[in-house]
Amino acid sequence: MNKEILISVDHISHYYGNHCAVDDVSFSVHRGEVLGFLGPNGAGKSTTMQMICGVLSASAGQITVAGHDMFESPKAAKKNLGFLPEHPPLYQDLNVDEYLRYAARLRGIIKAEIKKAVETSKQRCGLSDTGKRLIKNLSKGFQQRIGIAQAIIHSPAVLILDEPTSGLDPNQILEIRELISELGNDHSVILSTHILPEVQSVCDRVLIIHQGKLVLDESLDKLQQDDHIRPIKIALRQPPPPEVLGEIEGITSIEQIGNHHFKIYCQSDIETINRITKMSVESEWELYEMIPERDSLEETFVQLTRGESQSLSDEKPDENPDEAGEDSE
Amino acid sequence: MKSIFHIATHELRRLFNSPMAWILFAVVQFLLAIFFLWFLGQFIDPAAASLFANYGVTEIVVVGLLQIAGIILLLITPFITMHTFSEERQSGCIKLLLSSPISMTELVLGKYLGVICYLFLLLSLIALMPLSLLMGTELDLLQLLSAMLGLVLLTSSFAAIGLFMSSLTNQSAVAAISTFGILFVLMIMNIAGNTGSELLREILTYTSLLNHYHNLLDGIFNSADVIYYLLVSAVFIVLSIWRLDNERSY
Repeated sequence: MNKEILISVDHISHYYGNHCAVDDVSFSVHRGEVLGFLGPNGAGKSTTMQMICGVLSASAGQITVAGHDMFESPKAAKKNLGFLPEHPPLYQDLNVDEYLRYAARLRGIIKAEIKKAVETSKQRCGLSDTGKRLIKNLSKGFQQRIGIAQAIIHSPAVLILDEPTSGLDPNQILEIRELISELGNDHSVILSTHILPEVQSVCDRVLIIHQGKLVLDESLDKLQQDDHIRPIKIALRQPPPPEVLGEIEGITSIEQIGNHHFKIYCQSDIETINRITKMSVESEWELYEMIPERDSLEETFVQLTRGESQSLSDEKPDENPDEAGEDSE
Repeated sequence: MKSIFHIATHELRRLFNSPMAWILFAVVQFLLAIFFLWFLGQFIDPAAASLFANYGVTEIVVVGLLQIAGIILLLITPFITMHTFSEERQSGCIKLLLSSPISMTELVLGKYLGVICYLFLLLSLIALMPLSLLMGTELDLLQLLSAMLGLVLLTSSFAAIGLFMSSLTNQSAVAAISTFGILFVLMIMNIAGNTGSELLREILTYTSLLNHYHNLLDGIFNSADVIYYLLVSAVFIVLSIWRLDNERSY
């Protein structure tokens, strides 16, 4: 990608007392890129995001936003930045318009354009009818949207969203995802989330952070192309003996989990799956269910972050080579 | 520079959105009105005329009232300043401020300005009481001016101390109580000045917040007193800025 780099994070670390929350993390984000930031709870996602926004200072390292160093010239850097923290920073006793106007002023929008900026961001976040309502009287979903509205009000080059879809209903989640994809066209977006399908639907690249270290920095396309061995659950109404199934090319092992249900470990390419369905039709096994146990992202995530929390992954296929640790020292 | 103004107006708007600001206005006016009436009653009581032979209405009523006002402000300023940073931190709104293109200095000055504006409004309401005497009698306006200046300076230093205490904690109540404690100690320090060695007595009396106020109340305008209050305010504002700057490392 030859596009301009909007965020560059260079070997940053952060210590809370003696506890190292973020350890030597480096990455960069280009214009027009949506970066998904994943990690288990307490991995250092929020700390990293807060450092990029200048809310926390880094114990070591350098952060550049839109060409401005966050610690040398914070004002210039923050002008290009919109931030939605984990809990939206709202003043409960103001109404939506008052709050957004204040946010616009803080972000240095000139007086003549404030009204327009407020209207546009309200419209983008579906808040057009709530302008006069007190924030404390609005539901969690609406408050979340106000949080997003304040982050995009000055159309910043860089947008940092910490769990933007938490507390939203499914329709709103879809709307916000669309909004993020739309913003991702000409801005850089970093979003953290626990919802993996969300990353798949909006992100171009995935970072996984675990215990303060960056363990994966890979584009989503590449991640999904990888040939992993992955379990698939199938159900057959007239099952053959398991040995017969095991003979199908591409299947590495097989496990019977019920009268009709099997778990198959196989290369997750289309050919293997085609072979299974074809065999089923030819031999009249009456295939009626075929469910991939985990997709590639979920699997990568579990594999990379399993270390401390074994219980997260109860069943695992064989280890597979991975690009883990490529970007972390 | 503009952001100082934006933060200050926001602070004011939030103050007036809450009942606290209005109730404090009402309570202060009510309490001072009682004292005003009492001082005035004493002054016009013919039986006491011989007692106040050498004093005018300004010395008795106005100075008396403003002295009480100083003590009442000591009690209420912590309630106004306690929200400034504690609440921002508690609600997470501090992250909005910290990720916005404003410097710590602008942030602290903006907050300070907002609080000060509210308190000055309160002071102007207080000033109306002695001014109402103009309808019936003459006042020593210069002494009133000097005394009001004293009250303004005193309040400014209260606010700066309150702001600093609020920047230390994320709980408003803790900020209010500790501000009150510090203000009270600084006020009564001259009482402690009655004992101890000569030097200690000098130091304690001089650092007392109240001591310098008394000069101004008496109509003695000494630039040292003015500078003392400005210095106290400046020191605590700078401490707040440092504190917030430092906090980002943790």
